[in-house]
Amino acid sequence: MRTLTTPFIVLSAGMLFVSPWIINAAPYESTMGLVQKVFYFHFPAAIMFLLAALICGVNSFRFLFFRKQSADGWALAAAELGLLFGALTLVTGPLWARKAWGVWWVWDPRLTSSLLLWMIFGAYVLLRQYGGPGSERLSAGMALFGMLNVPFIYYSVNVWRTLHPQTSVVPTLPTDMGIPLWFCFAAFSMLFTALLTLRATLEHQRVRVEALYLLEDEV
Amino acid sequence: MNRVTRVVRPIGRVGQWAQAVVQVMVLLIALAIPASVDATQPQPPKEFVPVDEVPPGEQIPAINLVAAAYGFVWLAVLGYVWSIARRLKTVETELADLESRRR
Repeated sequence: MRTLTTPFIVLSAGMLFVSPWIINAAPYESTMGLVQKVFYFHFPAAIMFLLAALICGVNSFRFLFFRKQSADGWALAAAELGLLFGALTLVTGPLWARKAWGVWWVWDPRLTSSLLLWMIFGAYVLLRQYGGPGSERLSAGMALFGMLNVPFIYYSVNVWRTLHPQTSVVPTLPTDMGIPLWFCFAAFSMLFTALLTLRATLEHQRVRVEALYLLEDEV
Repeated sequence: MNRVTRVVRPIGRVGQWAQAVVQVMVLLIALAIPASVDATQPQPPKEFVPVDEVPPGEQIPAINLVAAAYGFVWLAVLGYVWSIARRLKTVETELADLESRRR
C-alpha cells in the first residue's frame, strides 16, 4: 500500500493544480453565481471528513473489542485526517455561505453536527497527545460516538428544514458541473488514501520505536 | 379574638382610594417600561426602499471568497503533508538507529 502513496500524492497534487482551470470552465449556478464554485472543493472535503469518521470508528471498534493493535494506528491516522478535512469543510462552507445566504454561519442541524464531529476529532487527537497511558481506549470509545454522528450529518438536510443544499443536488448535477466535481473528488480521494497510509505507517513505526526502547531498558 | 384578626385591621375609605391609586400607578409604570425599551430599539421597516447600488458593507466580491477557500485548502494540505513527512523522517531515523544498536 505504501508504494502507492508517492504516485497518489504526486497525481492528486497535479490534479488539484489543474482543477481551477477545469472548475473555471464549469457553468455558473443560476442563483449563487461564481461563489457556488467553492462547492467543487467543499463537497469532496466534506465526504472525506465523513469517511475519516467511519474509518476511525470501525478501527476503534476493532481495537476495543478484538484487541487489534494495528487498528489503533489506523484509527489515529483517520482521526487526524478527520481534523484536517473537517477544517477544510468548516472553513470553505462559511466562505460560500456568506455570499449565498448572507451570513457566515447558521446553527442548523447539518452545520452544528459537523462542528460537533470536528470537535470530537479535536478531543480525540488532544487526548492521544496529552492523555498518557490508557488514552487509546478512552479515545477509541469517543470515536464510536463520532461514527454514530455520520448518518445524522448526512441525512439531516433531508429531514429538517435548512438553508443547506439537500443530498439530491449531487446525483442530479448536470454533466458540465459533474465533470469538475468528480475530477476534484478523485483528487481528494487519492490524497486522502495516501495521507491515511502515511500517517498510519508513522504511527506503527512509532509503536515499534517505543517497543525497542522498552527492550533496551530490559537489557 | 385570636392573634391574626387583631393584626389585620380594616382600612378606611381613604385607604382604599390610596391603594387603588398605587395599583394604577404600578400598572402604568409596567406598561411604560417596555415602551421606553422599544424606543431605544430600531423600528421595524414599514416599507422596502430599493437602491441602485449594493451598500458598501455588503459588497464582498465572490472571487475573494472563492480564492480564500481554494487558498486555504492548498495551504492546509501542504502544511499537513510537510508535517507528516517531517515526523516520518524523525521516526525512521530513530528506528534505524535503534535497530543498528541491537545488531
